[in-house]
Amino acid sequence: MFPDFLTDIYSDYTIRNITLGAMVLGLVSGSLGTFAVLRRQSLLGDSISHAVLPGIILAFMLTGSRDPLILILGAAIVGWLATLSIMAIVNTTRIKQDASLALVLSVFFGFGMVLMTFVQRQPDAAAAGLQRFLFGQAAAIIWDDVRTMLLIGGAAMAVFLLFWKEFKLVVFDRAFAFSLGMPVRRFDVLLTTLLVIAIVIGLQTVGVILMSAMVVAPAAAARQWTDRLGLVTTLAGLFGALAGVTGALISAYAARMPTGPTIVLCLTAIVLFSLVLAPNRGILWAWVRQHRQSRELRSRVVLADLYWLSQQHAGDDSGHSIATLEAMSAGRVAVDHGLEDLEQAGLAERTDEETWTITERGREQAIRDLAEEEREGSDV
Amino acid sequence: MTTMTSAALESQPAIAVRDLTVAYNDRPVIWDLDLDVPAGVLMAIVGPNGAGKTTLIKAMLDLVRPAAGQVEILGQPYRKSRDRVGYVPQRGSVDWDFPTNVLDVVQMGRYGALGWIRRPGNRERELALEALDKVSMGEFADRQISQLSGGQQQRVFLARALVQNADVYLMDEPFQGVDATTERAIITLLKELRSEGKTVVCVHHDLQTVPDYFDWVALLNIRKIASGPVSEVYNETNLRLTYGGRVAFLSRDAAAPATAQAAVEED
Amino acid sequence: MFDLSTAQMEIQLVAIVVAVACALVGVFLVLRQMAMMSDAITHSILPGIVVAFFIVQDLSSPFLIIGAAATGVLTVSLVELLERTRLVREDAAIGIVFPALFSIGVILIARFARGIHLDLDVVLLGEIAFVPFNRTEIFGIDLGPTALVMMSVILLINLIFILLFYKELKLATFDTGLAAALGFSPALIHYGLMSLVSVTAVGAFDAVGAILVVALIVGPPAIAYLLTDQLRLMLVYSAGIGVVVAVLGYWMARMLDASIAGSMASMVGIIFVVAYLLAPQRGLVASYLRRRRQRWEFAGIMLAIHLFNHEGLPSAEQENRVEHLQDHLNWNPDFADRAVRWAERNRIIVRRNSHLFLTEEGREQAREAIVR
Ligand SMILES: Nc1ncnc2c1ncn2[C@@H]1O[C@H](COP(=O)(O)OP(=O)(O)OP(=O)(O)O)[C@@H](O)[C@H]1O
Ligand SMILES: [Mg+2]
Repeated sequence: MFPDFLTDIYSDYTIRNITLGAMVLGLVSGSLGTFAVLRRQSLLGDSISHAVLPGIILAFMLTGSRDPLILILGAAIVGWLATLSIMAIVNTTRIKQDASLALVLSVFFGFGMVLMTFVQRQPDAAAAGLQRFLFGQAAAIIWDDVRTMLLIGGAAMAVFLLFWKEFKLVVFDRAFAFSLGMPVRRFDVLLTTLLVIAIVIGLQTVGVILMSAMVVAPAAAARQWTDRLGLVTTLAGLFGALAGVTGALISAYAARMPTGPTIVLCLTAIVLFSLVLAPNRGILWAWVRQHRQSRELRSRVVLADLYWLSQQHAGDDSGHSIATLEAMSAGRVAVDHGLEDLEQAGLAERTDEETWTITERGREQAIRDLAEEEREGSDV
Repeated sequence: MTTMTSAALESQPAIAVRDLTVAYNDRPVIWDLDLDVPAGVLMAIVGPNGAGKTTLIKAMLDLVRPAAGQVEILGQPYRKSRDRVGYVPQRGSVDWDFPTNVLDVVQMGRYGALGWIRRPGNRERELALEALDKVSMGEFADRQISQLSGGQQQRVFLARALVQNADVYLMDEPFQGVDATTERAIITLLKELRSEGKTVVCVHHDLQTVPDYFDWVALLNIRKIASGPVSEVYNETNLRLTYGGRVAFLSRDAAAPATAQAAVEED
Repeated sequence: MFDLSTAQMEIQLVAIVVAVACALVGVFLVLRQMAMMSDAITHSILPGIVVAFFIVQDLSSPFLIIGAAATGVLTVSLVELLERTRLVREDAAIGIVFPALFSIGVILIARFARGIHLDLDVVLLGEIAFVPFNRTEIFGIDLGPTALVMMSVILLINLIFILLFYKELKLATFDTGLAAALGFSPALIHYGLMSLVSVTAVGAFDAVGAILVVALIVGPPAIAYLLTDQLRLMLVYSAGIGVVVAVLGYWMARMLDASIAGSMASMVGIIFVVAYLLAPQRGLVASYLRRRRQRWEFAGIMLAIHLFNHEGLPSAEQENRVEHLQDHLNWNPDFADRAVRWAERNRIIVRRNSHLFLTEEGREQAREAIVR
């Protein structure tokens, strides 16, 4: 099956469109989403993506057209309105951000559902075309859709790159950006517009309900791999594209796999992978680091104790029982494992079944350790 | 304009605040403040929490719109003198987990001079490294900013202001959360700036060190209580007015501002 | 159209009970600034519902509710777990966890739930219109629609919880630190509340669908928050608004022949807009009027303080001229003029040939304003 699959991408018109479309949308929404995540607006993305539903349907009802450009435009306008409503509620009432987001999300979506019932009543199968905006449908992507995505996505990316430096400053340090005389609020508007575009671009492929994940998850995954903004953004775009293509193809090939959810699960896999395995920040590495540290500490404590004992029994250094060492460290560390580590490092040796002594190298190491501790102690 | 020429005649102040009233949602935070900051001084703004110190700095920078009054910096509204002003915000005002490194943050100080769209290049890089060296942070240039201590973060902000190469510096609590060593390093740097003829205004919280560090002071609590040379206005009466009698512990310092002032002039 | 059949009565009753149950727990979510958690929970209980449904084969079985609600609580802990790694922030954590769980649910339905009446429309819209057909009987006595019985029990549980732990909830909502210090575990209250939200969401899910539950949980409390400052009243108002939403939403749907759940959510929006504009104290209109009044008061005091600060100084001669206000206070001529007239009318100042002077009363007011 696999070779088929690859040749299909080149030969089959549908598959090529699906792949291309999913790639463009993943790239655009993933990279544009980075700033939204950094601005802690992940949930704004969720709110907008639900709220655009009535925009799509109204655009269809008013124009009777199913041209993707028109529907996306309708979505973008309503997405903007939703954002404005959220800001108005937060700024002029005491209702906080979270409740405003949830309110706008659900009310707009509910209104969209009301409109949807109107469209569904119409005799022709118009509704079927709109239904796919809920959970997305990769199989239905045609060249027109791809062209629209390229057009809108390309424009958004161009703006994004052009004002890269300004966006970065505005997001990182607003007050400073203000003090330099930047039109900070205009950049806010621009960033929000980019977020809206990042969302609407994938609506017909991923669907309104899950589109926010395309914006949030790639950035969250990418952030784990690097500390540089440019790389975070690039990686987010790549992750988005990867998940988009994989998910769209699975959904197009397998029966009864809705596209949006499939893409989101691919993304989730990438996120989990990144959270666990990304070097430095990843959970696994943090765990390994911690483990290594505690092992080192253990050896150090046992070595120090052995050294002290050997100083005390200067004449007769024939060995000290594990029990003594355990008593000294008062159960803080696993003495036997510590001794094994020391033995391997050649710092301690076994003199009998249950007794141990420090080696010459161990003595030197212990003296170095003590000196270091003293130095650090005096620093504080 | 008439105001400008008359101000210029009497040796123009670096910052002139006139009848400034600032309100948040119609709740005034600063009442009718007049304040002159002469050029070339190192000035502290002191006052209790909520006195409006940060607000005053923000009003100077046009970050908040005053309900009445105006601020002129170097004889012009901020809009026009912007290029000659450096700003150090409160350290807590940004997200230190932002994915960027020290060098990049310091280069942000050049964004104003760079103008639109142009990216920082080699020159900006060199200026930034130079500024980092001045605050002894040269070796941290590539460090991710989340891996900095509080004092180091403060120095990064300071370096960013330095690359602005401004004539007037406005700093909001540059000593907040730094240890004694860093504090000394920072104040040395500020005094250096002053000796280069620059004007530095700091919001400051440690009343004990005011006479050591600064030569000019403004006491603020919603309105201006006093401003002038430390030796003249930094006394118990004014401090009591500012802090409302809660400063009994101060009498030692307040009694000896003259000697403290002498110490400042020595170095 | 307006004669009510039993079925219609029953649908409305279910809607009311659902709305009130949601509104009550919603108050605490809104006040604790965790409203978006309701969005996360309502989405992510879907896989729980599907799996539990495969097992018990009955959408209204109490086991299904408990099983599915467990998924809701699982979501909350997953979000917390993610957050605790410090690798992602809370908002992003929420934004990652619930789409993932929801996706699992949708795929499960699409692949395996064919032929049973759990399809994607139900997920989004519920099926409140079919509520009367599924009835609960005990010993042959008809207790009413199953959904009604079930939601009434859930409402009762919510009520009991809130009444029993009113004090603790209040404390934990407004001062988590103090609550902890007094020995009320905030975590326990938090999870208790989240369990309630989950149970309520699962129950309501059947009637109004995943996303519109959010409207019922967040909407009425948000509206009530515009109307009152007291927690007790806020609970009462939200419940009342919930009832209104349910009834008006139902009739709107009937008249437009549209989705009932969608109409209820739209009704939340309409009532919100009305309250937003007209709420007695916090409404847009009221605060605009208040602003306008305060504006002159504020300007008058500003003027008084300005004159007060310069009184007796050599500069006074300069500062108290009317033309000067524009220049120094940066007021535009019109505004300055009106402020002066306001202050004159209120006897704060007097005008003597284009110089302004404080009256004794004005002086007093200025002094009072400055020395707070
Ligand atoms: N954005 C704002 N909206 C409303 N009120 C504000 C805002 N910023 C500050 N305030 C209020 O204005 C007053 C002065 O605040 P400001 O931050 O200037 O004080 P401060 O002197 O810097 O205090 P601190 O020593 O705590 O930094 C405070 O009462 C504060 O609550
Ligand atoms: Mg402050």
